Amino acid sequence: MKDMEVADVAGRPYREVVHRYFDGTTRRLLIVDEEVPFPEGKLIVSRTDTQAIITHGNQSFVDMSGFSQEEIIGQPHGILRHPDMPAAAFADVWATLGRGDTWQGYVKNLRKDGRYYWVFATAIPNIRDDKVVGFTSVRRKPSRTKVNECTALYAKLLAEEKKQ
Amino acid sequence: MTFNLTASPDFSPDHIAGWYVFNTWLQRKLDVRIHLELYDSFEAQRKAIEDEKIDLIYANPYDATMLVREKGFRAIAAPMGKGDEAIIAVLDEGPVKEIEDLKPGTRIAATDDPDVNMIGRIMLEPADLNANNVELKTVDSYAIVAKRLLRGEADVGFFLKEAYGNFSPVVRKQLRPLVTSQIHVIRHVLLVGPRFSPNYGEPLCHALMAMNTEAADKKVLDALGLPGWDKQTQEDTEFMIDLMDTLKF
Repeated sequence: MKDMEVADVAGRPYREVVHRYFDGTTRRLLIVDEEVPFPEGKLIVSRTDTQAIITHGNQSFVDMSGFSQEEIIGQPHGILRHPDMPAAAFADVWATLGRGDTWQGYVKNLRKDGRYYWVFATAIPNIRDDKVVGFTSVRRKPSRTKVNECTALYAKLLAEEKKQ
Repeated sequence: MTFNLTASPDFSPDHIAGWYVFNTWLQRKLDVRIHLELYDSFEAQRKAIEDEKIDLIYANPYDATMLVREKGFRAIAAPMGKGDEAIIAVLDEGPVKEIEDLKPGTRIAATDDPDVNMIGRIMLEPADLNANNVELKTVDSYAIVAKRLLRGEADVGFFLKEAYGNFSPVVRKQLRPLVTSQIHVIRHVLLVGPRFSPNYGEPLCHALMAMNTEAADKKVLDALGLPGWDKQTQEDTEFMIDLMDTLKF
Protein backbone atom coordinates (compact mmCIF):
# COMPACT_ATOMS: atom_id res chain seq x y z
CA MET A 1 0.00 0.00 0.00
CA LYS A 2 1.21 3.47 -0.90
CA ASP A 3 2.15 5.91 1.85
CA MET A 4 -0.29 8.74 2.39
CA GLU A 5 0.79 12.10 1.01
CA VAL A 6 0.36 15.57 2.47
CA ALA A 7 -1.84 16.49 -0.51
CA ASP A 8 -4.33 13.79 0.63
CA VAL A 9 -5.32 15.68 3.80
CA ALA A 10 -6.11 18.85 1.82
CA GLY A 11 -4.61 21.31 4.29
CA ARG A 12 -6.18 19.84 7.42
CA PRO A 13 -4.00 19.53 10.54
CA TYR A 14 -2.65 15.98 10.84
CA ARG A 15 -0.42 13.73 12.89
CA GLU A 16 1.94 11.29 11.23
CA VAL A 17 1.91 7.62 12.19
CA VAL A 18 3.88 4.73 10.72
CA HIS A 19 1.54 1.78 10.91
CA ARG A 20 2.82 -1.79 10.90
CA TYR A 21 0.47 -4.39 9.40
CA PHE A 22 0.20 -8.05 10.42
CA ASP A 23 2.37 -9.12 7.45
CA GLY A 24 5.23 -6.87 8.62
CA THR A 25 4.75 -4.19 5.95
CA THR A 26 4.46 -0.56 7.00
CA ARG A 27 2.61 2.48 5.71
CA ARG A 28 2.95 6.14 6.55
CA LEU A 29 -0.45 7.47 7.64
CA LEU A 30 -1.47 11.09 8.04
CA ILE A 31 -4.21 11.11 10.64
CA VAL A 32 -6.76 13.91 10.80
CA ASP A 33 -8.79 13.80 14.02
CA GLU A 34 -12.08 14.71 12.40
CA GLU A 35 -15.09 12.41 12.05
CA VAL A 36 -17.13 12.20 8.87
CA PRO A 37 -20.75 11.35 9.76
CA PHE A 38 -22.20 8.09 8.45
CA PRO A 39 -24.61 8.88 5.59
CA GLU A 40 -28.19 8.76 6.85
CA GLY A 41 -30.30 5.82 5.60
CA LYS A 42 -27.43 4.24 3.64
CA LEU A 43 -25.50 0.99 3.81
CA ILE A 44 -21.84 0.69 2.95
CA VAL A 45 -21.27 -2.59 1.11
CA SER A 46 -18.00 -4.12 -0.06
CA ARG A 47 -16.65 -7.50 -0.98
CA THR A 48 -13.16 -8.93 -0.90
CA ASP A 49 -11.56 -12.08 -2.21
CA THR A 50 -10.12 -14.65 0.20
CA GLN A 51 -6.89 -12.62 0.41
CA ALA A 52 -8.85 -9.56 1.65
CA ILE A 53 -8.37 -7.69 -1.64
CA ILE A 54 -11.33 -5.41 -2.36
CA THR A 55 -13.23 -6.68 -5.41
CA HIS A 56 -16.52 -4.71 -5.22
CA GLY A 57 -17.84 -1.67 -3.41
CA ASN A 58 -21.12 0.21 -3.66
CA GLN A 59 -21.25 3.98 -4.16
CA SER A 60 -21.52 4.64 -0.41
CA PHE A 61 -18.38 2.56 0.17
CA VAL A 62 -16.50 4.55 -2.47
CA ASP A 63 -17.85 7.91 -1.25
CA MET A 64 -17.02 7.27 2.42
CA SER A 65 -13.55 5.91 1.66
CA GLY A 66 -12.61 9.15 -0.06
CA PHE A 67 -10.96 7.16 -2.87
CA SER A 68 -12.26 6.83 -6.40
CA GLN A 69 -13.67 3.48 -7.53
CA GLU A 70 -10.54 2.89 -9.64
CA GLU A 71 -8.24 3.65 -6.70
CA ILE A 72 -9.96 1.44 -4.12
CA ILE A 73 -10.78 -1.71 -6.12
CA GLY A 74 -7.83 -4.08 -6.01
CA GLN A 75 -6.44 -2.62 -2.78
CA PRO A 76 -6.05 -4.68 0.40
CA HIS A 77 -8.92 -4.10 2.83
CA GLY A 78 -6.27 -2.92 5.32
CA ILE A 79 -6.15 0.39 3.43
CA LEU A 80 -9.20 1.38 5.51
CA ARG A 81 -7.59 0.40 8.79
CA HIS A 82 -7.33 3.25 11.28
CA PRO A 83 -4.35 3.09 13.65
CA ASP A 84 -6.71 3.65 16.62
CA MET A 85 -8.13 0.16 15.98
CA PRO A 86 -6.40 -2.54 18.02
CA ALA A 87 -4.92 -5.52 16.19
CA ALA A 88 -6.98 -7.80 18.47
CA ALA A 89 -10.21 -6.56 16.88
CA PHE A 90 -9.05 -7.53 13.39
CA ALA A 91 -7.62 -10.84 14.56
CA ASP A 92 -11.12 -11.60 15.83
CA VAL A 93 -12.66 -10.68 12.45
CA TRP A 94 -10.48 -13.07 10.50
CA ALA A 95 -10.66 -15.85 13.09
CA THR A 96 -14.47 -15.63 13.08
CA LEU A 97 -14.76 -15.55 9.29
CA GLY A 98 -12.22 -18.35 9.02
CA ARG A 99 -14.57 -20.57 11.05
CA GLY A 100 -17.32 -19.74 8.56
CA ASP A 101 -19.18 -17.60 11.09
CA THR A 102 -20.59 -14.08 10.93
CA TRP A 103 -18.60 -11.27 12.55
CA GLN A 104 -20.20 -8.14 13.89
CA GLY A 105 -18.64 -5.15 15.57
CA TYR A 106 -17.92 -1.44 15.66
CA VAL A 107 -15.05 -0.21 13.51
CA LYS A 108 -13.27 3.13 13.11
CA ASN A 109 -12.25 3.38 9.47
CA LEU A 110 -9.60 5.55 7.86
CA ARG A 111 -10.39 7.66 4.79
CA LYS A 112 -8.04 8.65 2.02
CA ASP A 113 -8.03 12.21 3.40
CA GLY A 114 -6.93 11.05 6.87
CA ARG A 115 -10.33 11.67 8.48
CA TYR A 116 -12.33 8.79 9.96
CA TYR A 117 -15.84 7.32 10.14
CA TRP A 118 -17.38 4.86 12.54
CA VAL A 119 -19.49 1.95 11.35
CA PHE A 120 -21.43 -0.98 12.76
CA ALA A 121 -20.10 -3.75 10.51
CA THR A 122 -21.33 -7.24 9.72
CA ALA A 123 -19.06 -9.52 7.71
CA ILE A 124 -19.82 -12.96 6.34
CA PRO A 125 -17.95 -15.50 4.23
CA ASN A 126 -19.30 -15.91 0.68
CA ILE A 127 -19.76 -19.61 0.14
CA ARG A 128 -20.17 -21.01 -3.38
CA ASP A 129 -20.25 -24.76 -4.03
CA ASP A 130 -19.16 -25.35 -0.42
CA LYS A 131 -16.05 -23.18 -0.84
CA VAL A 132 -15.30 -19.78 0.65
CA VAL A 133 -14.69 -17.50 -2.34
CA GLY A 134 -14.57 -14.17 -0.53
CA PHE A 135 -16.17 -12.03 2.12
CA THR A 136 -19.01 -9.49 2.14
CA SER A 137 -19.08 -6.67 4.64
CA VAL A 138 -22.09 -4.45 5.22
CA ARG A 139 -21.75 -1.39 7.43
CA ARG A 140 -24.58 0.58 8.92
CA LYS A 141 -24.90 3.70 11.07
CA PRO A 142 -23.68 2.93 14.60
CA SER A 143 -25.17 4.03 17.88
CA ARG A 144 -23.19 6.87 19.48
CA THR A 145 -23.37 5.10 22.86
CA LYS A 146 -21.65 2.05 21.35
CA VAL A 147 -19.08 4.22 19.56
CA ASN A 148 -18.20 5.91 22.84
CA GLU A 149 -17.88 2.53 24.59
CA CYS A 150 -15.68 1.19 21.78
CA THR A 151 -13.51 4.31 21.71
CA ALA A 152 -12.61 3.68 25.35
CA LEU A 153 -12.25 -0.10 24.93
CA TYR A 154 -10.07 0.12 21.81
CA ALA A 155 -7.80 2.74 23.41
CA LYS A 156 -7.28 0.37 26.35
CA LEU A 157 -6.58 -2.62 24.07
CA LEU A 158 -4.21 -0.55 21.94
CA ALA A 159 -2.29 0.63 25.00
CA GLU A 160 -1.91 -3.00 26.12
CA GLU A 161 -0.72 -4.02 22.64
CA LYS A 162 1.88 -1.25 22.63
CA LYS A 163 3.28 -2.50 25.97
CA GLN A 164 3.91 -5.96 24.50
CA MET B 1 -50.94 -28.71 -16.15
CA THR B 2 -51.76 -25.34 -14.59
CA PHE B 3 -49.02 -23.43 -12.81
CA ASN B 4 -49.57 -20.89 -10.05
CA LEU B 5 -48.29 -17.31 -10.02
CA THR B 6 -48.35 -14.95 -7.06
CA ALA B 7 -46.90 -11.58 -6.10
CA SER B 8 -45.58 -10.33 -2.79
CA PRO B 9 -48.51 -8.74 -0.88
CA ASP B 10 -46.56 -5.48 -0.53
CA PHE B 11 -47.14 -4.38 -4.14
CA SER B 12 -49.12 -1.19 -4.60
CA PRO B 13 -52.94 -1.75 -4.68
CA ASP B 14 -52.93 0.42 -7.84
CA HIS B 15 -51.28 -2.46 -9.68
CA ILE B 16 -53.61 -5.34 -8.77
CA ALA B 17 -55.17 -5.21 -12.25
CA GLY B 18 -51.63 -5.10 -13.68
CA TRP B 19 -50.83 -8.53 -12.29
CA TYR B 20 -53.86 -9.99 -14.07
CA VAL B 21 -52.74 -8.29 -17.31
CA PHE B 22 -49.23 -9.69 -16.76
CA ASN B 23 -50.60 -13.18 -16.18
CA THR B 24 -52.57 -13.06 -19.44
CA TRP B 25 -49.43 -11.88 -21.28
CA LEU B 26 -47.39 -14.64 -19.65
CA GLN B 27 -49.80 -17.38 -20.74
CA ARG B 28 -49.83 -16.11 -24.33
CA LYS B 29 -46.04 -15.81 -24.51
CA LEU B 30 -45.33 -19.24 -23.04
CA ASP B 31 -48.42 -21.04 -24.26
CA VAL B 32 -49.08 -22.49 -20.84
CA ARG B 33 -51.89 -22.24 -18.29
CA ILE B 34 -51.09 -20.11 -15.27
CA HIS B 35 -53.41 -19.21 -12.42
CA LEU B 36 -52.80 -15.94 -10.55
CA GLU B 37 -53.49 -15.97 -6.82
CA LEU B 38 -52.89 -12.79 -4.83
CA TYR B 39 -52.70 -13.13 -1.06
CA ASP B 40 -53.78 -10.52 1.47
CA SER B 41 -50.92 -11.17 3.87
CA PHE B 42 -47.38 -12.50 3.98
CA GLU B 43 -48.61 -15.19 6.36
CA ALA B 44 -51.19 -16.49 3.87
CA GLN B 45 -48.63 -16.40 1.07
CA ARG B 46 -46.02 -18.28 3.13
CA LYS B 47 -48.60 -20.96 3.90
CA ALA B 48 -49.18 -21.39 0.14
CA ILE B 49 -45.41 -21.63 -0.42
CA GLU B 50 -45.12 -24.16 2.38
CA ASP B 51 -47.92 -26.20 0.78
CA GLU B 52 -45.96 -26.07 -2.53
CA LYS B 53 -48.81 -24.33 -4.32
CA ILE B 54 -46.57 -21.69 -5.96
CA ASP B 55 -44.56 -22.04 -9.20
CA LEU B 56 -43.82 -18.42 -10.07
CA ILE B 57 -43.50 -15.59 -7.61
CA TYR B 58 -42.61 -11.91 -7.52
CA ALA B 59 -41.08 -11.96 -4.06
CA ASN B 60 -39.38 -9.54 -1.73
CA PRO B 61 -35.70 -10.36 -1.00
CA TYR B 62 -36.52 -11.66 2.46
CA ASP B 63 -38.83 -14.36 1.09
CA ALA B 64 -36.64 -14.84 -2.00
CA THR B 65 -33.80 -15.98 0.25
CA MET B 66 -36.03 -18.63 1.79
CA LEU B 67 -37.41 -19.70 -1.62
CA VAL B 68 -33.93 -20.19 -3.09
CA ARG B 69 -32.41 -21.89 -0.06
CA GLU B 70 -35.27 -24.07 1.07
CA LYS B 71 -37.61 -24.52 -1.87
CA GLY B 72 -35.28 -24.82 -4.88
CA PHE B 73 -36.51 -21.64 -6.59
CA ARG B 74 -34.33 -19.66 -9.01
CA ALA B 75 -34.47 -15.88 -9.40
CA ILE B 76 -34.49 -14.89 -13.08
CA ALA B 77 -35.33 -11.19 -13.17
CA ALA B 78 -35.52 -8.06 -11.06
CA PRO B 79 -37.51 -4.87 -11.69
CA MET B 80 -35.35 -2.33 -13.49
CA GLY B 81 -34.19 0.54 -11.27
CA LYS B 82 -36.63 -0.25 -8.48
CA GLY B 83 -35.18 -0.82 -5.02
CA ASP B 84 -37.10 -1.59 -1.83
CA GLU B 85 -36.67 1.46 0.33
CA ALA B 86 -38.24 2.22 3.69
CA ILE B 87 -39.25 5.38 5.52
CA ILE B 88 -39.50 5.92 9.26
CA ALA B 89 -42.03 8.71 9.72
CA VAL B 90 -43.39 10.66 12.66
CA LEU B 91 -46.23 13.11 13.21
CA ASP B 92 -45.09 16.39 11.66
CA GLU B 93 -45.98 18.49 14.70
CA GLY B 94 -44.34 16.01 17.11
CA PRO B 95 -41.15 16.72 19.07
CA VAL B 96 -38.91 14.08 17.41
CA LYS B 97 -36.53 15.73 14.96
CA GLU B 98 -34.03 12.93 14.34
CA ILE B 99 -33.71 9.20 15.01
CA GLU B 100 -31.41 9.82 17.97
CA ASP B 101 -34.26 11.70 19.77
CA LEU B 102 -36.19 8.42 20.11
CA LYS B 103 -36.07 6.73 23.51
CA PRO B 104 -36.64 3.19 24.82
CA GLY B 105 -40.36 2.47 24.96
CA THR B 106 -40.94 4.07 21.53
CA ARG B 107 -44.25 2.88 20.07
CA ILE B 108 -43.87 1.63 16.49
CA ALA B 109 -46.67 0.94 14.03
CA ALA B 110 -45.73 -1.36 11.15
CA THR B 111 -47.20 -3.86 8.71
CA ASP B 112 -45.95 -7.45 8.46
CA ASP B 113 -43.71 -6.54 5.47
CA PRO B 114 -40.43 -8.27 6.40
CA ASP B 115 -38.13 -6.08 4.26
CA VAL B 116 -39.50 -2.79 5.47
CA ASN B 117 -39.45 -3.97 9.07
CA MET B 118 -35.86 -5.17 8.74
CA ILE B 119 -34.70 -1.88 7.19
CA GLY B 120 -36.75 0.07 9.76
CA ARG B 121 -35.16 -1.86 12.61
CA ILE B 122 -31.67 -1.12 11.21
CA MET B 123 -32.45 2.58 10.92
CA LEU B 124 -33.48 2.65 14.62
CA GLU B 125 -30.14 1.20 15.78
CA PRO B 126 -28.38 4.59 16.07
CA ALA B 127 -30.93 5.42 18.83
CA ASP B 128 -30.03 2.19 20.70
CA LEU B 129 -33.49 0.84 19.97
CA ASN B 130 -34.08 -2.85 19.36
CA ALA B 131 -36.83 -5.45 19.62
CA ASN B 132 -36.36 -5.63 23.40
CA ASN B 133 -36.94 -1.97 24.20
CA VAL B 134 -39.65 -0.85 21.75
CA GLU B 135 -43.39 -1.50 21.55
CA LEU B 136 -44.20 -2.87 18.09
CA LYS B 137 -47.80 -2.96 16.90
CA THR B 138 -48.35 -4.85 13.64
CA VAL B 139 -51.31 -3.68 11.56
CA ASP B 140 -52.80 -4.74 8.24
CA SER B 141 -51.83 -1.88 5.93
CA TYR B 142 -49.68 1.23 5.55
CA ALA B 143 -52.88 3.31 5.67
CA ILE B 144 -53.48 1.98 9.19
CA VAL B 145 -49.86 2.71 10.13
CA ALA B 146 -50.47 6.32 9.08
CA LYS B 147 -53.78 6.41 10.95
CA ARG B 148 -52.07 5.25 14.16
CA LEU B 149 -49.53 8.05 13.86
CA LEU B 150 -52.22 10.65 13.18
CA ARG B 151 -54.22 9.49 16.20
CA GLY B 152 -51.15 9.62 18.44
CA GLU B 153 -51.33 5.86 19.00
CA ALA B 154 -47.76 5.38 17.71
CA ASP B 155 -44.59 7.47 17.91
CA VAL B 156 -43.09 6.26 14.64
CA GLY B 157 -44.31 4.28 11.65
CA PHE B 158 -42.44 2.02 9.23
CA PHE B 159 -43.46 2.53 5.60
CA LEU B 160 -42.50 1.17 2.22
CA LYS B 161 -41.30 4.34 0.46
CA GLU B 162 -43.58 3.70 -2.50
CA ALA B 163 -46.62 3.30 -0.24
CA TYR B 164 -45.77 6.50 1.63
CA GLY B 165 -45.49 8.35 -1.68
CA ASN B 166 -48.97 7.14 -2.64
CA PHE B 167 -50.65 8.78 0.39
CA SER B 168 -52.78 11.83 -0.31
CA PRO B 169 -51.12 15.24 0.15
CA VAL B 170 -53.42 15.80 3.15
CA VAL B 171 -51.98 12.76 4.95
CA ARG B 172 -48.38 13.43 3.91
CA LYS B 173 -48.63 17.02 5.17
CA GLN B 174 -49.38 15.75 8.68
CA LEU B 175 -46.48 13.29 8.67
CA ARG B 176 -42.71 13.79 8.39
CA PRO B 177 -40.10 11.28 7.21
CA LEU B 178 -37.41 11.05 9.89
CA VAL B 179 -35.12 8.93 7.76
CA THR B 180 -35.41 7.34 4.32
CA SER B 181 -33.29 4.37 3.32
CA GLN B 182 -31.09 4.62 0.22
CA ILE B 183 -29.94 1.04 -0.03
CA HIS B 184 -30.61 0.44 -3.77
CA VAL B 185 -29.40 -3.18 -3.75
CA ILE B 186 -32.37 -4.71 -1.93
CA ARG B 187 -35.08 -5.35 -4.46
CA HIS B 188 -37.85 -7.72 -5.39
CA VAL B 189 -37.13 -10.58 -7.78
CA LEU B 190 -39.18 -12.84 -10.00
CA LEU B 191 -38.49 -16.47 -9.14
CA VAL B 192 -39.39 -19.72 -10.85
CA GLY B 193 -40.01 -22.90 -8.91
CA PRO B 194 -38.72 -26.43 -9.59
CA ARG B 195 -41.85 -27.55 -11.52
CA PHE B 196 -41.87 -24.49 -13.79
CA SER B 197 -38.16 -23.85 -14.27
CA PRO B 198 -36.98 -26.78 -16.48
CA ASN B 199 -39.31 -26.11 -19.44
CA TYR B 200 -40.33 -22.50 -19.02
CA GLY B 201 -37.58 -20.74 -17.04
CA GLU B 202 -35.39 -19.73 -19.99
CA PRO B 203 -38.24 -18.83 -22.40
CA LEU B 204 -39.74 -16.66 -19.66
CA CYS B 205 -36.41 -14.97 -19.05
CA HIS B 206 -36.03 -14.13 -22.77
CA ALA B 207 -39.61 -12.81 -22.95
CA LEU B 208 -39.10 -10.60 -19.87
CA MET B 209 -35.84 -9.12 -21.16
CA ALA B 210 -37.50 -8.16 -24.47
CA MET B 211 -40.59 -6.74 -22.79
CA ASN B 212 -39.62 -3.07 -22.91
CA THR B 213 -38.77 -3.18 -26.60
CA GLU B 214 -42.27 -3.74 -27.97
CA ALA B 215 -45.14 -1.28 -27.61
CA ALA B 216 -47.76 -3.87 -26.66
CA ASP B 217 -45.52 -5.44 -24.02
CA LYS B 218 -44.64 -2.01 -22.65
CA LYS B 219 -48.32 -1.50 -21.83
CA VAL B 220 -48.15 -4.61 -19.64
CA LEU B 221 -45.12 -3.17 -17.87
CA ASP B 222 -46.97 0.13 -17.39
CA ALA B 223 -49.82 -1.76 -15.77
CA LEU B 224 -47.32 -3.23 -13.30
CA GLY B 225 -45.67 0.14 -12.73
CA LEU B 226 -42.30 -1.16 -13.94
CA PRO B 227 -39.98 0.24 -16.64
CA GLY B 228 -38.64 -3.22 -17.51
CA TRP B 229 -36.74 -6.17 -16.10
CA ASP B 230 -33.04 -6.70 -15.38
CA LYS B 231 -31.64 -10.19 -15.79
CA GLN B 232 -30.85 -11.79 -12.45
CA THR B 233 -27.86 -14.12 -12.63
CA GLN B 234 -27.14 -16.87 -10.15
CA GLU B 235 -24.31 -14.74 -8.73
CA ASP B 236 -26.66 -11.72 -8.38
CA THR B 237 -28.94 -13.94 -6.32
CA GLU B 238 -26.09 -15.34 -4.23
CA PHE B 239 -24.92 -11.78 -3.54
CA MET B 240 -28.42 -10.71 -2.54
CA ILE B 241 -28.67 -13.68 -0.17
CA ASP B 242 -25.27 -12.83 1.35
CA LEU B 243 -26.46 -9.28 1.83
CA MET B 244 -29.72 -10.34 3.45
CA ASP B 245 -27.73 -12.63 5.74
CA THR B 246 -25.67 -9.71 7.00
CA LEU B 247 -28.77 -7.61 7.60
CA LYS B 248 -30.68 -10.22 9.59
CA PHE B 249 -28.19 -9.86 12.44
